[in-house]
Amino acid sequence: MAYAAGVDVGSTQTKAIVVDERGAIAGRALIDTGANVVVAAETAYVQALADARIQEEEVGYVVGTGYGRYRVTFGNTQVTEISCHGRGAVHLFPGTRTVVDMGGQDTKAIRIGPTGEIVDFCMNDKCAAGTGRFLGAVASALDIPLQDLGVIALQSDKPVKITTTCTVFAESEVLSWLGRGKKVEDILLGIHRSMVSRSVGLMRRVGIEQEVTFTGGVTRNVGMVRELNEALGFDVNVSDEAHFMGAIGAALFARDHIVGNREISDFRVQNSDLKARNL
Amino acid sequence: MTFTAGIDVGSTYTKAAILGDDAHLAGRALVKTGFKLADAARRAYDTALADAGIHESDVTYLIATGYGRHQVAFADVHVTDLTAAARGAALLYPGTRTILDVGGQTMKATRVDALAKVRSFRLNDKCAAGTGAFLEKTARYMGFGTEEIGPLAAMSKTPATISGVCAVFAESEVINHLSQGTSPSDIMQGAILSLVERSIQLMRRVQLEPEYTLVGGILRFESMGRLLAARLGAAVNLPAPDLVQFVGALGAARLGQLRAALRERPHATSEATRSS
Repeated sequence: MAYAAGVDVGSTQTKAIVVDERGAIAGRALIDTGANVVVAAETAYVQALADARIQEEEVGYVVGTGYGRYRVTFGNTQVTEISCHGRGAVHLFPGTRTVVDMGGQDTKAIRIGPTGEIVDFCMNDKCAAGTGRFLGAVASALDIPLQDLGVIALQSDKPVKITTTCTVFAESEVLSWLGRGKKVEDILLGIHRSMVSRSVGLMRRVGIEQEVTFTGGVTRNVGMVRELNEALGFDVNVSDEAHFMGAIGAALFARDHIVGNREISDFRVQNSDLKARNL
Repeated sequence: MTFTAGIDVGSTYTKAAILGDDAHLAGRALVKTGFKLADAARRAYDTALADAGIHESDVTYLIATGYGRHQVAFADVHVTDLTAAARGAALLYPGTRTILDVGGQTMKATRVDALAKVRSFRLNDKCAAGTGAFLEKTARYMGFGTEEIGPLAAMSKTPATISGVCAVFAESEVINHLSQGTSPSDIMQGAILSLVERSIQLMRRVQLEPEYTLVGGILRFESMGRLLAARLGAAVNLPAPDLVQFVGALGAARLGQLRAALRERPHATSEATRSS
């Protein structure tokens, strides 16, 4: 059996996925990207191969994606993360028309056409507000582990209104609410709502059409999922694999190449490409 | 001698100034604002009174300004930071027409007329990348404190290019530069340069005209004023490092002086009525 792989080198974490020629996931790996992007890509790939119990020679094609995609030195080609998230989301939820991806340093809204093609996208990558970094900054300001934020936020019934947009100013705002005696859960729910309102704003710019699929590392935050559902008025699709969506999409593009039934149609994004090349 | 006072409750520091009727600064104080704004204002005021060697009852008029001004319950009146800075700048440099105020969490450009009346202003208070917080974050990512920013930048020979798009994302930029062997002083100076660019953009939006007066806590870092003057291609008025943070408080106290005079002679056409 031939295999294909996708390696998604994100700003915060690197994800690798191995699929078989039917497109089923055979192995995966998730590691922190750290300072050395090339090493992160290699390490994640080797771990995913081990997880799939296969040798490197058995992999016919590798696609790199994410902001570090040009540092996937063993990759056969590169595809933008926009294309990969779209592809992964449509594969797992064929009814997907809108993708919202919340990652470590950017948030994207992607509009998908009726045949699964990418029609439009919108990206916040100039400002940490509304990205995973925003949650990370709040977590460290409050000295609470990142993975606990969502659970704690869900205990609140009286969220505070967070008025600042900037992550740096939000850190001070969080501390000032604490100083004024507000409960941590109320502050945190306010933080989640402020992030959700920014992402929904981004989604509106591409047009929100159901079904909406939520991808990226922030999907692991249960508070964000619930608040996103409430803000939209319907439930978004969240897969257990949501964190790997970019790598899954990349692996599926790689599989297409092996099977030879489809050309890789990449939705090129100038800014993202410039950034990735400059890395 | 009669005295007036100004208290400027800023996002990071609270400043108090006591002005004698000879228009000289009689006393001043600087305290961390923290989260209890009213307490910070009280502490700054008491310290400034002690510094001037006077009693609270010697002060005829007290004006509060800054983002926390409404927490100063004991003030006679509250004025915006723009009005206060305009007054302070005019007191120190009567020819002032454009003021750049860079503080811990805001950047403001103001154009004033010959009577120190605000004609136009623009604020950046939504994004840390255009404020002192950007420099503080950059310094902290490299393990330096706020007070080390000035000396660090002064040692720079070839400033690094810092995009200055986001104070949070600057961390990755700083780490990249450090890993390529760029010195912390070149990175610090690069961050200051990016703040200077932002300042120029903001000043352009108020149709800047000379004389330029630079105020606010961030201007105590010497290279900021020097780079701004170079970028403007013109001389700038820059109060001494120990005064530059007090211009708002000073202006509030100065406005108090004008208002107090008006209170004594309510029918006089004073400068205060024309500018309030």
